[in-house]
Amino acid sequence: MLYRENGQFKTSYRADQQLLPIAQDRWLMLGLLAFAYLGLPVLASEFVIRALIVPCLILAIAAIGLNILVGYCGQISLGAAAFMGAGAYAAYNLAVRLPGLNFLVVLVLAGLAAAAVGIAFGVPSLRIKGLYLAVATLAAQFLLDWLFSHVKWLTHDSPSGSVSTATIELFGLPLQSPLRKYFLVLTVVCVLALVAKNLVRSHTGRAWMAIRDMDLAAEVIGIRPLHAKLSAFAVSSFYAGIAGALWGFVHLGSWEPAAFDIGLSFNLLFMVIIGGMGSILGSFFGAAFIVLLPLMLNQAPRWLGIPISTAAQSNLESMIFGSLIVFFLIAEPQGLASLWAKGRQKLRIWPFPH
Amino acid sequence: MGEGQAEAADLAVSALTPMRTPRETGSGTPTPLLAVDGIDVVYHGVILVLKGVSLAVPEGGIVALLGANGAGKTTTLRAASNLLQSERGEVTRGSVEFRGQRLNRLTAYDVVRQGLVQVMEGRRCFAHLTVEENLLTGAYGAKVPRVQAMSELERVYSYFPQLKQRRASFAGYTSGGEQQMTAIGRALMTRPSMILLDEPSMGLAPQVVEEIFEIVRSLNARERVSFLLAEQNARIALRYAQHGYVLENGRVVLDGSADELAQNEDVKEFYLGLSRRGRASFRDAKFYRRRKRWLA
Amino acid sequence: MLAAPRLPPLRAHWPLLTLATVLAAGLAAPLATGAAAPGFYLEVLLGGLMSGVLYSLVALGLVLIYKSSGVYNFAQGAMVLLAALATARLSEVMPLPAAIGAALLMMVALAWLVERLVLRPLINQSPMAVFMATLGILYFIEGFGQLVLGNDIYKVDLGLPKDPVIVAQRWFEGGVLISPEDLVAAGIAAALVAVLALFFQRTATGCALRAVADDQQAGQAIGIPLGRIWFIVWSVAGFVALVAGLVWGSKLGVQFSLAEVALKALPVVILGGLTSVPGAIVGGLIIGVGEKMAEVFLSPVLASGLGVAGGGVENWFAYVLALLFLLVRPEGLFGERNIERV
Repeated sequence: MLYRENGQFKTSYRADQQLLPIAQDRWLMLGLLAFAYLGLPVLASEFVIRALIVPCLILAIAAIGLNILVGYCGQISLGAAAFMGAGAYAAYNLAVRLPGLNFLVVLVLAGLAAAAVGIAFGVPSLRIKGLYLAVATLAAQFLLDWLFSHVKWLTHDSPSGSVSTATIELFGLPLQSPLRKYFLVLTVVCVLALVAKNLVRSHTGRAWMAIRDMDLAAEVIGIRPLHAKLSAFAVSSFYAGIAGALWGFVHLGSWEPAAFDIGLSFNLLFMVIIGGMGSILGSFFGAAFIVLLPLMLNQAPRWLGIPISTAAQSNLESMIFGSLIVFFLIAEPQGLASLWAKGRQKLRIWPFPH
Repeated sequence: MGEGQAEAADLAVSALTPMRTPRETGSGTPTPLLAVDGIDVVYHGVILVLKGVSLAVPEGGIVALLGANGAGKTTTLRAASNLLQSERGEVTRGSVEFRGQRLNRLTAYDVVRQGLVQVMEGRRCFAHLTVEENLLTGAYGAKVPRVQAMSELERVYSYFPQLKQRRASFAGYTSGGEQQMTAIGRALMTRPSMILLDEPSMGLAPQVVEEIFEIVRSLNARERVSFLLAEQNARIALRYAQHGYVLENGRVVLDGSADELAQNEDVKEFYLGLSRRGRASFRDAKFYRRRKRWLA
Repeated sequence: MLAAPRLPPLRAHWPLLTLATVLAAGLAAPLATGAAAPGFYLEVLLGGLMSGVLYSLVALGLVLIYKSSGVYNFAQGAMVLLAALATARLSEVMPLPAAIGAALLMMVALAWLVERLVLRPLINQSPMAVFMATLGILYFIEGFGQLVLGNDIYKVDLGLPKDPVIVAQRWFEGGVLISPEDLVAAGIAAALVAVLALFFQRTATGCALRAVADDQQAGQAIGIPLGRIWFIVWSVAGFVALVAGLVWGSKLGVQFSLAEVALKALPVVILGGLTSVPGAIVGGLIIGVGEKMAEVFLSPVLASGLGVAGGGVENWFAYVLALLFLLVRPEGLFGERNIERV
């Protein structure tokens, strides 16, 4: 009753092909943006913004990138964190060696550097398929880990590969407070999400999905696997690179190579799977889930008033995290985005059951 | 005509093995072998695919389930075999009974042990196993002892001599017709009373389709295996079946003996491509928007 | 009738031959250039073979599960460590055979739980979903194991002779150290491989398992009891994990934080072929030797030649090596060729 699209007639192709054809969706999106830009800074404390919202948004960018590779193009990647690291270290090098450069330019160049690395490690995908491809991305993960900690040039000759960054300055305005960093990240997220959404609706996105579903048949009808797969790797790594640069500069401030280890790769993969493969919205859901869950698990004993030692607590967290992953996959193997879609469907036909 | 020759062959066979006369469907009959009673099937909790579907397959009969793409034929068969769970579907109303026993609490493999087996749409052979290994998996599922499995294997090869030639090739490399034969043979190895055949003609050359249906008929005559055929190809299905149901949008809209259905004007127009007015033109738009008589 | 197929000439395999030649050259280089004494070289080689055997034992369980359900069990390494740690801790309070028996029971219980709670609800779902579920199981086992069994390093005393034996004193200066323990481990691995390979190829259950790996829903439709089968398979994988854990625990000692090292089993199975039991051994040996050799001999070359800091080559060499092999054999050395129809 509430969610019907009755009476919303489109009179041009342009109107029919817009991202949000239903008016209620458009209002919802406007409301969400208004809340994000105007409401949240007022309502949420600095701690919440700094520790919850900003990491969630940054990882959502990386999750969108990984979703493009895994969900839309069907190429397994277990090394997403390495591409984030590549972007972070590239941004660091650019910031240190070319100090006058605008930070947004640094971000884009870092993304491009990560994209180049992504293409290099994506070349095996032309020959290897499925789970076997996971090894190529794992090779990327561990090799890049090693490079960052052993090649002095990359880390500007720092002893153990750990680097630290100065305050970001954008157009002369120093981004000191969490709120300013939040606005920067939010804007970047909105722009990148819009680009991603349009990209997957375009010819490129359809080529990716064709490769994912039946790559032999796609090749037969004229889609070039080289272009499709490598562009998927490139775009995915571009997003991961920007996310990595933001992660290092905005969220961490200073980091060592272990900040982009395989645990982060697994977390990103969890975000994609739990959020929903092949869905931009799902990347946001997944990022929120994976960022909030450990924090809640961490705080739960305190809320419940149960005293446990820290070691036991971290082990219990591991157990509960693992169980929840399994539970989610059983309840909705296609992710939270699919749950959302079902909910919308139910809302459309409410009050009828089906 | 081909049918006459087939009938002659059947008569010749029947001289060798005793054959029960197929029972008539209708009121006051003994319990049908498979009775689907008013089932509703819902996928993912939101999509209603079958609405009150009822059908019955008599012992020793061949029943055809006709319908276009998306009518719900595969869902009906999956519901009977209890294979819906892995697709997030469930039967929310009604029941399925086999030999008078309700199936809803049984697992998929218990259903096979009862004697009801399905040959799925698209053959679904095990690509990395040889043809012979594919056939033997059928025996494994039904817990057929080794010695009997080997004699069953020989019986299957007698029906499908082509498979015997290809017994050592990987099933994934065999042709579509051979894969269909492998799938049916694999189902036969479970020693079923009834086989649910889902779109046996899909993707096969017409000649091969004839071959497959002839084998279905001889299996029905000689081995007394009942069949429920879900088919888009109404013409061939009505030639070989005794009784038929027409499914549209998840509802049974018509049923009757195969001859009745083949003579029915609407079935002829919408499923057999024939019509009273001869060749119709798309310019006759009113003609095509006319509601089907059985809904009126 | 089809004629018997003619084998392609040897030159058709040029990519694999090229790779093999390059690797053999790399392998022989330290010896040829005199950078290492022959005795030391042989010891490094044997050490590599030994760690390769350890990897293979972990990989065997992986192949077992993959071959019968098409699922890559990310938690296999954790299962190995869980079994080993359980045995080690239990043997503190009961005699060793009883401890091993209790650990085996625990692995069987784990197999039952996994089949009931994880695999059965996920029948016919995408392989990615099940793959991530095993990752969830990994986190669970790590947390559970550390909570219940502690995080210290433990050794398992199997009663194997530990004193290394010096052999071949006539050919190499000072002789070569061989540990009888290593030989026993290699023997166990070989026996397991033979048994498992025969099981999959010759028995009806093995055939049914391979069928289910190809198409789960078709297997269900034909009456193969998926739940029962998977319980059996995961129990056997648990047994293999126990054996691997005991050997590992006896040789190196086990500690839960080593689960990441068990991640190395992935390049091992991928190099050997995800569906090949003998491939697990071959892959393990290749990775084990390659890794050790690279760490000892390649690392200094990289340090001096490219100006990078030394060490750490072990972390990535296994993956790069597996990747190189995959480029010439995309399904692994002995893996099944992907059969696709469009």
